[in-house]
Amino acid sequence: MQVTAMEIYRLLPKTNCAKCGEASCMAFATKLSDKETDLELCTQMAANELEKLENLLAPAVREITIGKGSKAMVIGGDEVLYRYELTYYNPTPLVIDLNDNMDDETLKKRVKIIEESEFERTGEKLALDGIALRNISGDKVKFAETASKLKSSKLPLVLCTMDPEAMKAALEKVGDEKPLIYAVTENNLEDMASLAIEYECPLALFVPNNLEKMKELSNILRSKGIKDIVLDPGTYVNNGIGDTLDNFIMIRRLAVEEKDEDFRFPILGIPALTWLYEKDDIQGGIKEATIAATLMNKYADMLIIHGTNIWELIPVLTLRQSIFTDPRKPQMVDPGIYEFGELDEYSAVLMTTNFALTYYTVEGDLKSGKANCYLLVLDTEGRAVDVSLAGGQQSGKSVADLIKESGIEDKVKTRTLIIPGLSAPLSGEIEDECGWEVIVGPRDSSAVPDFILKLKEKQEVK
Amino acid sequence: MDKMTQLLKLLENTDTIEINDFRMDFDELEIHLMPAVQRMVQQVTKKQAVIAKETLAQLKPFTPPVHNYPGEVAEVQLGAGTRKPVYLGGQKALYRFEEPQPNAPVVTFDVFDIPMPGLPKPIREHFEDVMEHPGEWAKKAVKDYGANMITIHLIGTGPKVMDKTPQQAAQDIEEVLQAVKVPLVIGGSGDPIKDPIILEAAAAAAEGERCLLASANLDLDFRKVAKAAMDYNHAVLSWAITDINMQKTLNKYLMKEGLTQNDIVMDPTTCALGYGVEFSIDVITRTRLAALKGDKDLQMPMSSGTTNAWGSREAWMKKDEWGPTAYRGPIWEIITGLTMMLCGVDIFMMLHPSSVQMLKEIGNTFTKDYLSTDVPDIKNWITELE
Repeated sequence: MQVTAMEIYRLLPKTNCAKCGEASCMAFATKLSDKETDLELCTQMAANELEKLENLLAPAVREITIGKGSKAMVIGGDEVLYRYELTYYNPTPLVIDLNDNMDDETLKKRVKIIEESEFERTGEKLALDGIALRNISGDKVKFAETASKLKSSKLPLVLCTMDPEAMKAALEKVGDEKPLIYAVTENNLEDMASLAIEYECPLALFVPNNLEKMKELSNILRSKGIKDIVLDPGTYVNNGIGDTLDNFIMIRRLAVEEKDEDFRFPILGIPALTWLYEKDDIQGGIKEATIAATLMNKYADMLIIHGTNIWELIPVLTLRQSIFTDPRKPQMVDPGIYEFGELDEYSAVLMTTNFALTYYTVEGDLKSGKANCYLLVLDTEGRAVDVSLAGGQQSGKSVADLIKESGIEDKVKTRTLIIPGLSAPLSGEIEDECGWEVIVGPRDSSAVPDFILKLKEKQEVK
Repeated sequence: MDKMTQLLKLLENTDTIEINDFRMDFDELEIHLMPAVQRMVQQVTKKQAVIAKETLAQLKPFTPPVHNYPGEVAEVQLGAGTRKPVYLGGQKALYRFEEPQPNAPVVTFDVFDIPMPGLPKPIREHFEDVMEHPGEWAKKAVKDYGANMITIHLIGTGPKVMDKTPQQAAQDIEEVLQAVKVPLVIGGSGDPIKDPIILEAAAAAAEGERCLLASANLDLDFRKVAKAAMDYNHAVLSWAITDINMQKTLNKYLMKEGLTQNDIVMDPTTCALGYGVEFSIDVITRTRLAALKGDKDLQMPMSSGTTNAWGSREAWMKKDEWGPTAYRGPIWEIITGLTMMLCGVDIFMMLHPSSVQMLKEIGNTFTKDYLSTDVPDIKNWITELE
């Protein structure tokens, strides 16, 4: 649960010294409560109050770093069960697996795919985050050697073996890079725990479908002083997905609502297990993406995935971008005139709404299509084209006002407006209100650059 | 350094010291501890007390975090007369481990009264041979793809489409009713003036069959739709645009007209994956939580127009670097629907056969008890995976 500003304020020095950059201690407390500033900025904290505040401000789910420096990913850190209550923190890293039986060339190729898979959406580059090395050979030397080869990759590592000997051999090579140790189980607890302590690496606890046992083992690890624990309650991809969901949800509820110390850790989901049962590349890919989306929706803080087909990854990356958008930030851009390419008095004039997703999609298309045009952005209070049409924010009157107030009439000599295809029902109303000619454009903005070119050709013929 | 300072130095980084082979003979002993040592001892004891307390506190065994909910979701029956009924809703809890839901999520296949040349290729491939006849189309969806229900969209009634008359709409409904025995959702063309008239005619044609009339919303004559539902024994889809207050208002109005909780299904609007799905997540989660908290105006089952997913360019646009649309499209529909399902949605309007199958597979687990399924042994997944 989120800590209120008042609870924080009580522990602050209340001097309003403003050295933290905020006008008052209350303002600082509010920002702390929203996680928008750092406690360290307060220079006047008494030591005992500082400790209390640190405990108070610790997120419900521990934030853990895997890897280090530029080769790191941060997981966990969540405070709430539902994103509308605050926001979710640290977008779920997607980690791709490979194994120590791969020959050099296969390994290199796979690392390259993992590092270079990328998908651009609304101005943001979405990419993969880490590499999970599986000890499939059963040979500790091979495992360690493969781990060393991965040192040159740009991404943080997860070392997967249940064999403490193999883990030790690999940690000797790459332990300084702080990989995630996967996994400690009931059977190797003492040895794996010692390795996590010795190499100061985060440790994943794997206890399939048994939260009672998981709690017990987590408690033992904590009593050994291990702080960075990642919980894997097992991923079942067929009928067992119901149990997996229950386990994930229960762990998170216990962490957030009951502050159960044994469960206040990030959760690891492994959609890669899909491939134990699916051999078909396409069916498997569809299923793995489905499982990944299921677990990401219900609290997975990190996922290990096997498939690297871009059509499988795009939907998962998009879901991540959506879920981790901060609901407190308005999803809109400023209304007004936006300019694209080389413009003159006869350039095309387009219209769209100020919903950020809509705007950035249109912007991306205009730029990649090298369109030359003015884009009028209508204030629909951050609503999409179809939604604002239904909601009345987009109307003949509001579009006419935008044309007048934006000053577009001083910039162009033409009086023709291209509106989104979805706004077609408004075309008559807009013409009546502002006297411009209205042309209904394509439904999808990817077709706009072509549309403008064709329109221009037509006009030049005239 | 004297012995004491050395000892203190050693103590700096330790909590305890173990002394081996130590022997001391005495008659009477007086111990003087230096203040620093005293402090250290106190701190260590304090620290041990904290650890002991922590371990003790955690010794309580694991208990599933089950909540008590004052409210529950109403159950809505769709299908009666010559239809085999399907039930929606009835949840008494948010999650399965608290109490499994009585009815599994339901999928209704979209069928149109006109051939719909605009449908994406991955869907046309499955239905091309039957698109001229809504009855045949519906039959194929039920027989070949296991549809629980059929949604017949009367798109052709749109004034700018084919401007079909209410009589023609009624004929289309009769054709579909004859063709399949599953319950129907009846949708209009989206024209606010004509939809209520069309829905009324369709409701009359399907009298007593308990269809879901889609939809009543604040932009059209919802009273007419509500009346048609009551006159001919149907349920009503109450549609609001990602706005929980609008949803509440509309439901109140509908109940004022005489409908009950058991006659209404809500559509809080499904924004597609990548196109605002997070807004739908928030609204649907809040709606279901409100229902369980006891808000009578929001206790109806929920519907998702999952088909919206096909409007996303990632689903249909040809682009080599994104891979084939044959796979992208279905995944987009699955993940859009699935995300809604995990927030509590009960019925899904969908288009693609393999999307439907995947969604049902996961949805069917919602009616089972926690730990009642045989699960495979996965402890060696690291080596078993290729």
